[in-house]
Amino acid sequence: MNGIHDMGGMDGFGKVVAEPDEPPFHQAWEGRVLAMNRAMQATKEWNIDVGRYWIERLPAHFYLASTYYERWFERLENLCVARGLVSRAEIAAGASAAPGRALKARAAAAADVERLLQRGSFGRPAPAPARFEVGAAVRARNIHPSSHTRLPRYVRGHAGTIERVHGCHVFPDAVVGRGAEDPQWLYTVRFSGRELWGEEADPTLSVSVDAWESYLLPAGEAPT
Amino acid sequence: MSQHDHDHDDDHHGHDHGESSHLSPMDLRVKALETILVEKGYVDPAALDAIVEAYETRIGPHIGAGIVARAWTDPVFKAALLEDANTAIAGLGGPDRVGDHLVVVENTPATHNMVVCTLCSCYPWDVLGLPPTWYKSAPYRSRAVKDPRGVLADFGVSLPAATSIRVWDSTAETRFMVLPMRPAGTDGWDQGKLAALVTRDCMVGTGLPKRAEEAQP
Repeated sequence: MNGIHDMGGMDGFGKVVAEPDEPPFHQAWEGRVLAMNRAMQATKEWNIDVGRYWIERLPAHFYLASTYYERWFERLENLCVARGLVSRAEIAAGASAAPGRALKARAAAAADVERLLQRGSFGRPAPAPARFEVGAAVRARNIHPSSHTRLPRYVRGHAGTIERVHGCHVFPDAVVGRGAEDPQWLYTVRFSGRELWGEEADPTLSVSVDAWESYLLPAGEAPT
Repeated sequence: MSQHDHDHDDDHHGHDHGESSHLSPMDLRVKALETILVEKGYVDPAALDAIVEAYETRIGPHIGAGIVARAWTDPVFKAALLEDANTAIAGLGGPDRVGDHLVVVENTPATHNMVVCTLCSCYPWDVLGLPPTWYKSAPYRSRAVKDPRGVLADFGVSLPAATSIRVWDSTAETRFMVLPMRPAGTDGWDQGKLAALVTRDCMVGTGLPKRAEEAQP
């Protein structure tokens, strides 16, 4: 979706301000929110792609005015309600009114945390040979799906070069849109700064995104 | 929530010393949701404690710094790291196994690398810990891909005009870490001493390693 989350190339947000010696969490509740999100993901009621989409779906004005962990909290409440795990009445009351329902995977125990914090593999067997090889000239498609996508607006329609081939990966658009992994080849595609930002751009700049195969066309084809 | 619940939660987590009388709205909402999720058996508070503890005490940029220091002193490891970071790090045999799809990119006099996630805040947690607030902020996510030298200036970093800037937008599950250039004047230093020069920001590409004379005695 063309949401506020897709921020690459926007102006007007001001300087980057770093906080010296920043702690992992500024408030204790931030740690609890992170931990609850990770623990609920372990129940397989939703996965990382769905979780990202539910951040993107937050109202744009809320997204901009909230902190990272406020967004995570809102996403968690919304997903718990949407999945029938918790009711809005229970949230308002601050207490459970009925026993929990069966989970797709059991709740994580402390002994599971080491494993839970290991990133899994998103690589999958290839259903077909790769369409592109390193060095191939490609163009990002001009697509504007209303659901989840990982092709940022600022590269759509632009010409780039395949720089790395990462194998076949779970396709987030399909996970969110169809509930299927539909693995696709994943590539690092490099664009020149001037291709993306025009002739005023820094001539030394190049930017890459990681793009699934269906985001890309051979450079000779008209952008669609 | 009742006062009883506040007291119970404060006893349990032990972080909010003496602050139970002025809990913020977010404190209250988060405690309420945790109470419900625990009552329903969806989460185990001991697991939540262990997750928080891991990111507060164990998983942080010291892991990446150790990898960088090793690469600076061991050319065979460095070559393996740039070829396939996951395999190279797994070969260290230590506790620092990292998740799949890590890519390490090397800074040289000709090219400076910078990592961003414009769409959310993807970051190599396994090797750098939790991302700092600036990495997750709109100013960084919006400008890193269009005006990286301006972003570097915000960090007080100025690179030669001839140095190419390469920005890696983390749009998939691939995670990127920068291998910075080894500072001058560090010949013969051991890995521990070198690792102390490796800052979090230099592994994201918004900073440079500390200089040799900045090393802690």
